[in-house]
Amino acid sequence: MVTLPSISPIITLSLYVSGVALLLSALLGLPLGALLALGRFAGRRLLVALTYTGMGLPPVVVGLFVYLLLSRSGPLGELNWLFTPRAMILAQTLISLPLVAGFTMSALQGIDPALPLQLRALGATPAQLALTLLWEARYGVLVALIAGFGSIISEVGAVMLVGGNIEGSTRVLTTAIVLETRRGAFDVAIALALVLLAITFAINAVALQVQQSLSRR
Amino acid sequence: MSSYDLKQVLKRYGERTVLYISHLEIKSGRSLVLLGPSGAGKSTLLRLLNFLETPSEGTISFDGQRVGAEGPTLATQRSITTLFQRSTLLNGTVWNNVAYGLWLRGERDPARVEALLARVGMLDRARAVASTLSGGEAQRVALARALVIEPQVLLLDEPTATLDPANVAQIEQIIQELRQGSTTLVIVTHHLFQARRLADDAALLIGGELVEAGEAESFFEQPRDARAAAFLTGKMLW
Repeated sequence: MVTLPSISPIITLSLYVSGVALLLSALLGLPLGALLALGRFAGRRLLVALTYTGMGLPPVVVGLFVYLLLSRSGPLGELNWLFTPRAMILAQTLISLPLVAGFTMSALQGIDPALPLQLRALGATPAQLALTLLWEARYGVLVALIAGFGSIISEVGAVMLVGGNIEGSTRVLTTAIVLETRRGAFDVAIALALVLLAITFAINAVALQVQQSLSRR
Repeated sequence: MSSYDLKQVLKRYGERTVLYISHLEIKSGRSLVLLGPSGAGKSTLLRLLNFLETPSEGTISFDGQRVGAEGPTLATQRSITTLFQRSTLLNGTVWNNVAYGLWLRGERDPARVEALLARVGMLDRARAVASTLSGGEAQRVALARALVIEPQVLLLDEPTATLDPANVAQIEQIIQELRQGSTTLVIVTHHLFQARRLADDAALLIGGELVEAGEAESFFEQPRDARAAAFLTGKMLW
């Protein structure tokens, strides 16, 4: 029997881990995307290639990498983050960051190349210029955030490895679905799957609404 | 005050020299019309005057202060703006486009935005999305966007080249009003008659070189340089 109290912490943790990871990805990925699209510096092409590679990174590989990083003998082992939500957030940030940065970069590259000169002529500082161009490419930037969130709310490989699917502490919707399916508790698995689908749908519906209201600004 | 003094200014892109000016003075509060065939370096000169690019060699002084490679102060930078030939408006409403320069300066002044929209005849389209405007309307919005920040120097890069006569007249009317004030104007145009209508001073660039500059009357009536004379009488191809 599935009861709401038993799955509500799982839902909350899923939203918390993926939400914080998306926030971190946005804080890092939007400026990085802007830098890649607008900047002219040595190593830019390499960074673009790395970003594209990162966009297709299998979550389980990221999970393995973060596991090794955080394991007791690893370089960040002293943090004691392994099998905690922090480790899951770190892994999911690494998964969504390249997506956010890459899609932001391509959204900015679609802007009229004459616009930055015009904005500078109007007195924009470099930071104001980047902010204006991100706003100018807001549909594409929103798509970047949606893609970033979609990639982590639904991933299982990384959170399973670095979180450990511990009940009441690191169990999220995707890892719970895996567990219940293995147990043969298909009714619970299906219920959890429906919850995951509903969350994804709701978030995309809100994003679509935001996108429509942005077009009237 | 907002005057320029250019000495031995040279601009190179890679190996190619696109502009060379041995000496040019731009006087405060007057309008200077820049004439010359395509590729003469007129737009390059405007970018230098707006400090959007730095010269490869030579010095540009603004108000008697030499501006180095690091560019002018933000206050000086923001006292100068350019209206380009193509009005690159932001993806948003007409109102937000005009208010943009104020937003950059951390200001909010709905009355001024409204007054400028009225001045360019676009007040009734304030809520329209910029992408729905015609070319002439867009350029008038771009002019309002430039004027809202009350620039001391307004650089205009062929501002009416792609517009119909009614819009040309409207924009020229506003430029004429600006000439009465203290704004320093530098106007690039291909149009000789427009040049005569708008110029206090005039200069001719050919092949990246400044060949003649002076007060409008002597420039148009008694050009000293043979190329300038040929250009002004239509003997030289545009």
